[in-house]
Amino acid sequence: MAGKPKLHYTNGRGKMESIRWLLAAAGVEFEEEFIETKEDLEKLRNDGSLLFQQVPMVEMDGMKMVQTRAILSYIAAKYNLYGKDLKERAWIDMYVEGTTDLMGMIMHLPFQPADVKEKNLALIIERATTRYFPVYEKALKDHGHDYLVGNKLSWADIHLLEAILMAEECKPDILSAFPLLQAFKGRTSNIPTIKKFLQPGSQRKPPTDEKSIAVVRKIFNI
Amino acid sequence: MSGKPKLYYFNGRGRMESIRWLLAAAGVEFEECFLETKDDLTKLQKDGSLLFQQVPMVEIDGMKMVQTRAISNYIAAKYNLYGKDLKERALIDMYVEAVMDLNELLMTHPLQPADKKEQHFATLVDKATNRYFPAYEKVLKDHGQNFLVGNQFSRADVQLHETLLMAEEYKPDILAKFPLLQSFKARISNIPTIKKFLQPGSQRKPPLQEKDVPKVMKIFH
Repeated sequence: MAGKPKLHYTNGRGKMESIRWLLAAAGVEFEEEFIETKEDLEKLRNDGSLLFQQVPMVEMDGMKMVQTRAILSYIAAKYNLYGKDLKERAWIDMYVEGTTDLMGMIMHLPFQPADVKEKNLALIIERATTRYFPVYEKALKDHGHDYLVGNKLSWADIHLLEAILMAEECKPDILSAFPLLQAFKGRTSNIPTIKKFLQPGSQRKPPTDEKSIAVVRKIFNI
Repeated sequence: MSGKPKLYYFNGRGRMESIRWLLAAAGVEFEECFLETKDDLTKLQKDGSLLFQQVPMVEIDGMKMVQTRAISNYIAAKYNLYGKDLKERALIDMYVEAVMDLNELLMTHPLQPADKKEQHFATLVDKATNRYFPAYEKVLKDHGQNFLVGNQFSRADVQLHETLLMAEEYKPDILAKFPLLQSFKARISNIPTIKKFLQPGSQRKPPLQEKDVPKVMKIFH
């Protein structure tokens, strides 16, 4: 028994990517078992491994954990990335929910029909630059610290970096109006565990391409 | 200043209802400020009260909290409805997240366009009775205890209970095949704070009526 967390998902970003980021940032080695066909998913369902018949699923600490947020919260708390008290936790939760909403929009984009894709991309860019990024820019400006909450690295920072990089894939200069976020991005990318995860050959997954969209559609019937 | 939490939302269930349930279950009195028009929402957005320009928003303990999950997490932890350790918390989170997925289906049903409604209803019933309810029935069966996690009342019980009642509003016999969920429902309904919330005159909101859908859409769109 390895003792390492084991991730069950398709070989792509999707909802598992934030979990990979968090484990990597916490310096936790993990294994992955990729679902390649519908039969792979059925097998997991039939052997009772998936509480609600869905992935992500992460085997960790004797549990078969499902539900992305449940998994992320557990990892964050276990590895001291969830603040020092209830109020810091509240702020981390608020910030993470914001970046979750933004990344959710970006994640769904490749699966949309061509006629709405352009409109939705424009909406993503608008939301990123008028609703979400200004909040994080202001948070950093107001307290002048390197990290979003409690002057210490937390889940909120890791999640924000992931969101920034994803948004830049949509529009490379999307941070042009946000100098503090640019500095934040540079700083946070240099944290050793994160720097390692950003290297080629890590378990970080590339952006969704046509081929993986087809695989996902087939496995999940969407 | 009353010190009571103050809830900002429209006068209906939506995403605020779970928060109302949780506060009520914890025996916490709260006030409400209802958004009736788009201008009410715009005003809140303009005065910087809404971190991401959205409601729900709850003023509590000196914070203007937004994001349903963040608010619910805070309330649950503050009032000891979040388990005793990390592993119990993990189970509660898993159960709650799935309940929220089902809740989302239930909540969005009245907002579906007419031509999609029937299909949506079928999906809702299918997911409830084939995916979600069997999971919770099994949890209760496996440990034989009165509450979902740690033999103690938690937010998982509150939120599942809320969703069971909502599901029954759509299909009164939806729990027919789930005897343990039926007795769970009765047991939780009888907890004094919950029983009080179920009485007429409480701050619990009624289901969204067809006729009120345009008004809600107008505020948010």
